[in-house]
Formats: sequence, C-alpha cells, structure tokens
Amino acid sequence: MNLGVQLLQYTLSGITIGSIYAMVAIGFNIIYNATGIINLAQGDFVMLGGMLAVYLHNTLGLPLVLAGPAAALITAIIGLLFERFAFHPLKNPSVITLIIITIAASILFKGGAMFIWGKDAYILPSFSGDKPIHFFGATILPQTLWILGTLIFVFAALMVFFRFTIVGKAMKACAYNRQAARIVGINVNRMVLFSFGLSAFIGGIAGVVVTPIALVSYDRGALLGLKGFGTAIFGGLGNMGGAVVAGLIIGLLEAYAAGLISSGYKDAVALIILLIVLFFKPGGIFGRKEEQLLKAF
Amino acid sequence: MGYTDKLGNVRDTLRKPAVQSGLTFAVALIVVALVRNPYYVGILVFLGINVIITIGLSLLMGYAGQISLGQAAFYGIGAYTTGILTTRFGFPIYLSLPIAILFTVTIAFLVGVPTLRLKGHYLAMATLGLGEIVHIVFNELSSLTGGPSGFGSIPLIRIFSVKLDNDTRYYIFVWAIVALVLFIALNIIHSRIGRALKAIHKEERTAATLGVHTARLKQMIFAISAGFAGLAGFLYAHYVTFLSPGTFSLHFSILLVTMVAVGGIEHIWGAVIGTVVLTILPEYLRFFKDFDILIYGIILMAIMLLRPEGLYGIKIPIQRKGVHG
Repeated sequence: MNLGVQLLQYTLSGITIGSIYAMVAIGFNIIYNATGIINLAQGDFVMLGGMLAVYLHNTLGLPLVLAGPAAALITAIIGLLFERFAFHPLKNPSVITLIIITIAASILFKGGAMFIWGKDAYILPSFSGDKPIHFFGATILPQTLWILGTLIFVFAALMVFFRFTIVGKAMKACAYNRQAARIVGINVNRMVLFSFGLSAFIGGIAGVVVTPIALVSYDRGALLGLKGFGTAIFGGLGNMGGAVVAGLIIGLLEAYAAGLISSGYKDAVALIILLIVLFFKPGGIFGRKEEQLLKAF
Repeated sequence: MGYTDKLGNVRDTLRKPAVQSGLTFAVALIVVALVRNPYYVGILVFLGINVIITIGLSLLMGYAGQISLGQAAFYGIGAYTTGILTTRFGFPIYLSLPIAILFTVTIAFLVGVPTLRLKGHYLAMATLGLGEIVHIVFNELSSLTGGPSGFGSIPLIRIFSVKLDNDTRYYIFVWAIVALVLFIALNIIHSRIGRALKAIHKEERTAATLGVHTARLKQMIFAISAGFAGLAGFLYAHYVTFLSPGTFSLHFSILLVTMVAVGGIEHIWGAVIGTVVLTILPEYLRFFKDFDILIYGIILMAIMLLRPEGLYGIKIPIQRKGVHG
C-alpha cells in the first residue's frame, strides 16, 4: 500500500471516530446551554446506549432495527430520571456540588453497568454487513457510512429542532438568558429536564452506532467523555457547528497520530489538544477569548 | 474564671494547629500500639498516605472552591520521579524527595496557571486530561517506567541508622508526616491566605474588589495540593517498592474526590473523616469486591443529595453553626 492510500485510509477512520466525538460534544453542549454545567457523565450515556443495544439484540433477540432505537430511548429515559432525581431536588446548589453530582452519576452508571453486565466487552453486528467497500484503493466498512450518516442526520435534526419548533426555540432562549426566558413565560425547569433527555438520547445513539466497530464495556465512558469534552471546548462550548468541525479535526489528528507516530499515544492527542485550547484559546476555534473568560460552569 | 471561660480556653487551645496535629500523631501512636496485626498496620499506612493527598485536595475543594480530577496523576508523578531517580540513576533518597515534590509542583503550576485564570471549573477538565496523559506516558515510556508491568526494587528509606523496613516503623514515619502536613494545612487556613480563600469561596467578585488576587491564590493552593500528592507518592514508592500505572488511574482520582466530598468539603477534618471511612470500609465490604464502584457511587450520590455538607459534624447537634473553622 502506498503512502497516499494509507493516508486516505487514516482519513476515513479519523472521520469515523471524529463523528462519534462530535456527537458526544453535542451532548455536552445541550446540557451546558440549558444549565451552564458540564455533565461529567456524558460519556457514560454513550456506554449505556451501546450496552443496552447489545443486551436488547444479543440477549433478548430483538432485531437491530428495534434494538438500536429502543436502546437510545432507554438511555434518554435514564437521562430524564437522572435530572429528576439528582438535579431537580436541589435547592440553590453550589457549582462544586453540581459537578460532584455528575461525577457520582458517572460512577453509578458505570457501577450499575458492571453489576448487570460484568466486566466483559461486547460487540454488535454491523447494520448492513461487513463487506468492505473499495474506494481509491482504501477500504471502508459499511458501518463507517452509518456513523457519518448518523452524525449528519443528528446535526440536521437538531438544527430543525432549534430553529423551527417551539420547544427548540424555548431551549435556545434559555441558553441565551435564563432569567429573560423565565420572564417571557418559558418553563425553564422543563427545558432543563428536556436537555438531559435530549443529551442522553444523542449519547445513546452514538453508543449504538459505534458499538459494531468498537467494543463496549462498562468503563468505556470516561475516556470517550473526556475526548468529547475536549471536542466541545475546541469547537467553543455551546457551539453545535463548532462541535462537528472540532470532532472531525480531532478524529483526523488522532488517526494520523496512530498511523504515523505511535498507536500507544493516540489517546493523548485529543487530551493534549484539550489542554492547549484551554491554555491559549479557551473560547475555542470559533469563539473569542474574552467571551470565554466570563463563562462559568 | 467561670466554667464557660475554662471551656473556651480549652477550645482555643484545641484550635491551635500545633495542638491538633500533635494530638493526631499521639492518636496514631496509640492506634498502632493497639493494632498488632501487620496487615492492618499496612492498611493504616495507606490510610496515612491517602490522608496526605485528601488534606491537600480539601484545601483546593473547600477553601479554593476548585476540583482536581488529576490528584492520582500528581501522586503518580511523585512516586515515579523518586522511583526512577533512585533505581535508574542512583540518586540518594534525601535528594530524590525534594526533586519529586518540586517536579510535581512544577507540572501542577503549568496546568494550573492558565486554567485557573479562567472563570469556572476548567481546572477539573484540565486535570482530568492531564491525568489521562500521565497514565498514557507511564504505560508507553517503557524504557524509564517499565510500561504496563511497572518496575520494582525501589530502595527503602533509612533515617540515620534506622531502616524503615517493617510496617510499624513505616507507619510511624508516615503519620509523623501526616501530622506535619496537617500542621501546614491548618496554618494556611488560619492565615491571611485562608481568610482570603474563604472570601473567594463565598463571593469571588467581592473578594476581588477588596484586593484579593483570586487567581494567584487559587494557583498557589493548587500547587500546594499537588505537592502534598507528590509527597504521598514518594511515601508510597518507598513503602511498596514497586510501581505500575494501574495505581495512578482516573479511578483513584475520583475516589479521592469522593473521600473529600463524603467527609465534607467545608472543613479539613471532613477530608480526614471521609478518607478514614472510604479506606477502612472496603476492608469490610470484601464480598462486594466487584461492586465497589456501584457502592461508592451510591454513597457519593446519597451524601450529595441528603447531606451535601458531608459527614463532618453529623452527630454534634449542640454545636452552633459557624463555631468551627
């Protein structure tokens, strides 16, 4: 295989994994926009989506067409319950309490998954077979196209949701100014609840589509969540389009690093980018630094 | 002099950092005299090491209002630095100790200075990222670290002619350092810096207008907390004499935060209580071995929802609010 083909191959796998990071980052952004907090359990939603799909398909024997959406929906319900039982009851919590609660939730999800499914790693069958597609000498797994397609679909659906539906517009209003949104009669508490459901739903979808190419196990969420956060920061916290671009860039850099430098250090790429962005351009590639200095979470 | 005055005097004496840390060391000596089983003494050595880290973390969480999810990384940097210097480069321990602490503090400074200038809790994510990077480096830099399987034969500490080669001796050494760390931490809290930190925690903007350099103070406390973790790593390395990356994972960082939060982030003794509970408890939960994560999650969530101020002071309803600290 010559270098050009190799690079093409790395590019394809970078786009694939970058799409997953983008979806995790979008999940972070949704909750951040509605509440101003960073949900450290975001990566665990992805893990739950994958685990539930494996359970519904491999153990209960549901066909994939049903098991996938059902797994994402159950993850969304878990997100709603999480908000209702862990966030809603708090009266004037400090930010540090909120962060610790998302850490607690992350441990609970992880511990719960290990309690139910053990420490084994699981895999789902690909959605439409494993016959590779040849593309200028490189090969693409059909699942890659599913992942990319899912990202495009999720992003487009979100744009429509935020632009044209009343709930979406209300959520956007909360993101701009919660106080003002409340004054014009938007039920902010309900928007916060929705944001957890929606964010968990997207995390769950990402988990379902990625499990055929990457194994899922109870402890998969932490690193994925961290890389997703790096993506969200890189794209500008709260910026959906930024998340997609940043996800693809980080995915590509990671794939090139794995192919050309060393696969052992591949996981460090996204984290080093996270640190560099935090140090030098905390507003992300599309944000202004001054803006970010004012943001708290 | 009335009874209340005397009680007040006793209370004042008890609040002196030197008295508190001296009493802690005395209690530690009594405990080791009562506990004969070397296995339990070993656990209490680890308890002391953990307490050193959580005291630092408590300064950061309770007094600077910031979270670090990378304390295990600083612990690991301290341990690996002294381990590598003493085994591969033949450094004497009295030199590797200051280098290990200094190196840990330097890394903390590099991460803390830019992130603590930002408003919010970016330090949490930056330290989380740092923790993973350090873990990857421990695994990948095999020529120095031995990779995933680690490396051993780290020398034991010798103080003059006494070699710290049994659990009881090491226990006394570790708890003497715990007392010292406690003394430093309590002095920081009772100093101008401590009061400024409390002001930041309550009303950052007001504190800033009163001339408190909030970012610099936070950076300082973060560096100190990392230094404590590095010191704990040094103690770990020369006790276990073997290092591998698994000890210094994200899981341990989160456990440390859990200890502080469960004990109570508002007070340094809360961190000690939380560390005691969560270090001793697993010994009684042996049959839950595989479900320890779930149990920690339940404990942490329950504390945050039912008693966010933590276990500290839970059974002393007579004490008025605001008396301590």
